[in-house]
Amino acid sequence: MTYKIYIPIDSTALSLGANDVFYAITAEAKKRKIDLTVIRNGSRGLFWLEPLVEVETKSGRVAFGPVTTNDVEKLFDQEFYLGKEGVLFLGLTDDLHWLKNQERLTFARVGITDPLDINDYEKHAGFNGLRKAIELEPQLIVNEVTDSGLRGRGGAAFPTGIKWQTVLNTPSKTKYIVCNADEGDSGTFSDRMIMENDPFVLIEGMIIAGMAVGAEYGYIYLRSEYPDAQEVLNKAINIAKEKGFLGNNILSSGYNFDLEVTRAAGAYICGEETSLLESLEGKRGMVRYKPPLPAIEGLYGKPTAVNNVITLATVPIIMDKGASFYADFGMGRSKGTLPIQLAGNLKQTGLIEKAFGISLRELLYDFGGGSFTGNPIKAVQVGGPLGAFLPEGQFDTPLDYEKFSEINAVVGHGGIVAFDDTTDMAKMARYSFEFCAIESCGKCTPCRIGSTRGMEVIDKIKGGIDQDKNEKLLRDLGETMVNGSLCAMGGMTPFPVISALNFFPKDFGLEKKKA
Amino acid sequence: MNLSETQRITIEKHVETFLTKPGALLPLMHAIQDSLGYIPEDSYPIISSAYNLSIAEIHGFVTFYHHFRTSPSGKNILQVCRAESCQSMGSESIENYCKKVLGVDYHETSKDGVITLEPVYCLGNCACSPSVMMNDKVIGRVTPEKIDNIIKAVKQS
Repeated sequence: MTYKIYIPIDSTALSLGANDVFYAITAEAKKRKIDLTVIRNGSRGLFWLEPLVEVETKSGRVAFGPVTTNDVEKLFDQEFYLGKEGVLFLGLTDDLHWLKNQERLTFARVGITDPLDINDYEKHAGFNGLRKAIELEPQLIVNEVTDSGLRGRGGAAFPTGIKWQTVLNTPSKTKYIVCNADEGDSGTFSDRMIMENDPFVLIEGMIIAGMAVGAEYGYIYLRSEYPDAQEVLNKAINIAKEKGFLGNNILSSGYNFDLEVTRAAGAYICGEETSLLESLEGKRGMVRYKPPLPAIEGLYGKPTAVNNVITLATVPIIMDKGASFYADFGMGRSKGTLPIQLAGNLKQTGLIEKAFGISLRELLYDFGGGSFTGNPIKAVQVGGPLGAFLPEGQFDTPLDYEKFSEINAVVGHGGIVAFDDTTDMAKMARYSFEFCAIESCGKCTPCRIGSTRGMEVIDKIKGGIDQDKNEKLLRDLGETMVNGSLCAMGGMTPFPVISALNFFPKDFGLEKKKA
Repeated sequence: MNLSETQRITIEKHVETFLTKPGALLPLMHAIQDSLGYIPEDSYPIISSAYNLSIAEIHGFVTFYHHFRTSPSGKNILQVCRAESCQSMGSESIENYCKKVLGVDYHETSKDGVITLEPVYCLGNCACSPSVMMNDKVIGRVTPEKIDNIIKAVKQS
């Protein structure tokens, strides 16, 4: 008889040696003449336990982890393939605290299925959303997305339904769907996980988007730092084409849709939608003035829906289960769920999909288990390099777009990076400016020049030179950048800087003043 | 520096492949760099006449993107993540360690030509910081010992 084993192929699992574990397990099984069927699944998102090996048993999947090649003989000695207890045994995967307390909608299949097995995808509700969308008029698809309350998960949180409505309403023979997969924010990896671990859900979401707005072609603009995702996506697109989910007359619906992956080239600014469009057109990724909105004049001047990976990957479940099912999750105007990414200095890191409303404290301590180093957590940065640093006093803020906005912070793409008390926050603030200087497209002055001047001013404050004057100058510079920059790059860089200055003046050498 | 015959043929082949593709410059430059290891500036006139772009436009495009290089790299590229999550887990000491053992700064190649060191801003491996990438392979939770092993492995191959 054969035993079913799961070994993840997600790139974080691979970065911890999942392939070596795979080779060691298959070799050991051969040696002991044990018949294993090994499935390379996606990651369940419990990255501190990766490589996490699972065994299928009558009562469900049982987990072992983190497995190294040194553990393999021991695992076989204890007959792990029968799901027997022993070293590294974690119990039923679905019963693990981390997974049990989540609401996985967008990530429903991630870690469970083989990413490139389209039959497995369909068995797990795959393409149900597409089949329902085919039965609807485009306007009704847009209505469904609007009613679900889904907002752009890339960071800007703009209502997806309104964006799609604009594209639908703009008459044009040619329209485009552009998936923004330039996930450059530190602390974020949910786009990567969807693309590597459940690529068909993104493809399905893009097809539905195309049907809704009247677009027949799509691009996935993928960052060059994600070679594994590129390979998986290209394979998935070919499989979907073979099965008739892409191309002409999809599932005999009369709709046509095709798409391709475009590899970016390492410019953070190209995550900004207009810069991304410039880059796709084969130009420098310089930010465009708005208006015109990309929904009206986007790629090659045509109406274009530019949506983040998670936004598009959430559309299938909304179409499948209905707008009100999705809108029932969450709080206030932040409807549904958010794939939250715990990263940085935490004991337990990984992916948590939860309804909006959970507090940072719950995430950092109940899920994250506190800091990795065991030191107190000094600050967290939410929403990538342009997000504010939040001190302990703000850890009870619920994850909600509006609540975060009230404290001059952003939820962004849902990445949370924790820093322990050894962190010099003035250094982090300086880094924010440095990053802005490296990545600025250079089109507007506040961002291009302000970032470099900002670094210099912080150096002066830290060096004790005219501290009062320079602190005022720094705040003034922040205000200029916020109000005078063309896009979020320059417009939000002051968020981390000024929050660091407000909450950790000591690190800037401004101890006395703050009293 | 002039193009070698094989370089010229490779470039012309790629130029031809993407001639009718909208937004050709991005895939074209990737194709050239993937084949030759870098984008020789002497390729610009060929691209310029085929795509009806000025040399300045092509130069502006190539230099905008961190990924593209206009001079050859070492046999391998080691990218060290400098972004926030990795910083929170001590990436600065990893950066310094790499610079020390390779005897180079960023954007430089070790004397034996085996490794070019580059900074990178996020590899999406933030749950297992600090991270580095050797060529196309990401390695998480790196320590100086792991760096030694990674360097040893490419030197032996």
